[in-house]
Amino acid sequence: MPGLNTTSTADISFMLLIFFLVTSSMDTDWGLPRQLPPPDDLTKEEELVVKQRNALCLKLDANNQLTCNDEPMAIDDLSKRVEDFVANTADDPTLPELSVREVHLLGRCKVSDRHVIIVEVSPKATYDAYFQMQNAVVAGYNNLRNELALRQFKHPYSSCNAEQRDAISLVYPQRISEQALEEKGGES
Amino acid sequence: MKRGVFRRKKREMPGLNTAALPDLIFTVLFFFMIVTHMRDVDLQVRYDVPQGTEVKKLTHKSAVSTIYVGRVPGQPADSFYIQLNNKLATMSDIKAFVESEKAQMNSEDQPRMTVSIKADRDVPFGMIAKIKEALQQSFALKINYSATQRVKN
Repeated sequence: MPGLNTTSTADISFMLLIFFLVTSSMDTDWGLPRQLPPPDDLTKEEELVVKQRNALCLKLDANNQLTCNDEPMAIDDLSKRVEDFVANTADDPTLPELSVREVHLLGRCKVSDRHVIIVEVSPKATYDAYFQMQNAVVAGYNNLRNELALRQFKHPYSSCNAEQRDAISLVYPQRISEQALEEKGGES
Repeated sequence: MKRGVFRRKKREMPGLNTAALPDLIFTVLFFFMIVTHMRDVDLQVRYDVPQGTEVKKLTHKSAVSTIYVGRVPGQPADSFYIQLNNKLATMSDIKAFVESEKAQMNSEDQPRMTVSIKADRDVPFGMIAKIKEALQQSFALKINYSATQRVKN
């Protein structure tokens, strides 16, 4: 009796293998990564005094209306505003102070390490509005970082190595402070 | 015609023995089946995540835990529920959830544990803020707002 022909078993298992390879990579999760401050900051009262020129106050009210330093603003203009605010290329006295520091790989350059973006969101605002705001702020930072990467390293930020990324994020650190607007009477 | 006899006696090369090939491939298949992380939670909440331009792919899938926030079919449209693992939960369950997820991870994944928040667009921010606070209290500081890619215009 001839042995069972098993030549096609390899093909069948190859099929299964390819199936698993394809399906397992399909449910990749995309999203906006964020880092939360450690809980110690929560108990400590906000005693941080920020100079007027260093702060950009973003508020989102219960009707999802965005205000930027108390002026109404459309979500599409926000990332440009964040860019202008953080970079302050013209040394405008109403925009954040820049400090000159020695940065690895970049030498002495102006560093925007004093600015703070203060975010206040009403609990009644929708998650989508909040997300779009976060997205716009991150887009502003990413544009600045990308421009700097193209200028200094001649390639976009996404293809920078860890060292270059560190240098760039020293020049444009993400300084976002989120205040929990709770339904309490004390402060408005 | 003696030469013809010799030609018939020429030895033929035996075919390569491929009997072990299926076994090898099965081994690779099982390896992938075990290693890939197919999280099959049956979703009880319905959600529609926001769209963003700056979204990134989540790496280290084994270090990601997910919190779902959305509507439950049959419940009023303005009430939102949290789902952890396979069941609906409340805010106070988040801490225990994070701890158990962390305990399940290997030591390599623990420091890069990320909590992905998959929330519906219409969820009030107050709820998200409370989830964030709960995560902060349980030292799950890396979070991710799950979203889909929107083409930059």
